[in-house]
Amino acid sequence: MSNDTIGRTVIVAVSVCIVCSIIVSTAAVLLRPTQQENKLLDKKRNILAAAGLLQADKDIESQFANITPQLVDVGDGQLSDAYVAAEYDQRAAANDPQLSVSLSSEEDVAKISRRSRYAVSYMLMDGDKVDKIILPVHGYGLWSTMYGFLALESDFNTIAGIGFYEHAETPGLGGEIDNPNWKKLWIGKKIYRDEQNVGFTVIKGNVQPGTAGSEYLVDGIAGATLTVKGVDNMIKYWLGKDGFAPFLTRLKKEGL
Amino acid sequence: MLREALIEPIFDNNPIALQILGICSALAVTTSMEVTMVMCIALTIVCALSNWCISLIRSFIPNNIRIIVQMTVISSLVILVDQVLKAVAYDTSKQLSVFVGLIITNCIVMGRAEAFAMQNRPIPSLMDGIGNGLGYSIVLVFVAFFRELFGSGKLYGVEIMPLVTEGGWYVPANIFLLPPIAFFLIGLFIWALRSWKPDQIEAPEYKIAPNSRTPVSEMS
Repeated sequence: MSNDTIGRTVIVAVSVCIVCSIIVSTAAVLLRPTQQENKLLDKKRNILAAAGLLQADKDIESQFANITPQLVDVGDGQLSDAYVAAEYDQRAAANDPQLSVSLSSEEDVAKISRRSRYAVSYMLMDGDKVDKIILPVHGYGLWSTMYGFLALESDFNTIAGIGFYEHAETPGLGGEIDNPNWKKLWIGKKIYRDEQNVGFTVIKGNVQPGTAGSEYLVDGIAGATLTVKGVDNMIKYWLGKDGFAPFLTRLKKEGL
Repeated sequence: MLREALIEPIFDNNPIALQILGICSALAVTTSMEVTMVMCIALTIVCALSNWCISLIRSFIPNNIRIIVQMTVISSLVILVDQVLKAVAYDTSKQLSVFVGLIITNCIVMGRAEAFAMQNRPIPSLMDGIGNGLGYSIVLVFVAFFRELFGSGKLYGVEIMPLVTEGGWYVPANIFLLPPIAFFLIGLFIWALRSWKPDQIEAPEYKIAPNSRTPVSEMS
């Protein structure tokens, strides 16, 4: 019998589809728990790395045990328990009109178009005082949205570290935002000039140490002007009055 | 026959260098050796298994839907590889991002399924798939070696030439990190290969006519 009859064609097409879909869905279901675990572990590693707490030889889970995730209402700066902080997905929330706010073009310096109502901050506690706080930040660079974490010291003004865990900037140029030597420059820099005004800037060229205001400035990266501008905008937005400034101000005044 | 199917695609009938297939991923994933290796392994596995599966069912495939059947098998295998990578090598799968998915559109896999697996028995097809995967790999590794070495002074993430930005002496050649350089490197690879095996040089499609000269007296 020829293969080309309508009957044979339908039988072959249907059976190939059934067999393939069974294989694919079995694999997806069986591997899902491991994948989820990897994703979570990766996020935790990035949080630890941004705060400069990551020790390569130790288990990530045990290092992360000291860090408490807390859900923050970005608008008013209050802690919230609307969702379980450890399971909250900020990226999904930012796409959900119920859970996010649309940003006007003046507000939207980081070019993210929608901001989720809630964000998860990670705190390293020392007794009942916050020792370090790690905030999620994201913004548009040259080619891609860059996702990262910014860690602040207990004064909520001094940078303890920065790290990006997802971006698609050009390797070797914009991709140098992952360069450990560049990220080291951030440590110890200050964010706020006064109450709510972000003084922190990534400049073009090199910072002259010792000059007035140099504690707010970080060197740019040669060949990555637009990416760095994106990073600068991202910090200005997320630590500004539409971002975490109300939360940080409240923490400074009232504690947790 | 088996040996031939396995060895031939590596140099004698290289999918990239001779058939000029699968260039797209050769440009995209070759900035570092590590990512390249994972991509090569993934493609070799997909190419081998897809050839094998398609060869197994080749006598049942109706001629008029053969391409779509091949596509279904290939894409299922690619999803499988992608899922396994996400579970086992999460960091690399993050770096490879969409490119694993794009193996589906890699002309080598499709090309071998259509040109070889549809006419041959499963075992030779499997060998042909592995062989073509290796042929692809050898070009990719060649390109990645130079791109990583000259673009970031490293091999396999291990520092070979310390960069100026990290306090060393080597000023990285940024062009090696951008896709176009892969064209040059593949071109050089093809040149070297064809100097070694001159029978791969195609006959020119046309001949350039010698400069024709019209005598001045005939010009009006």
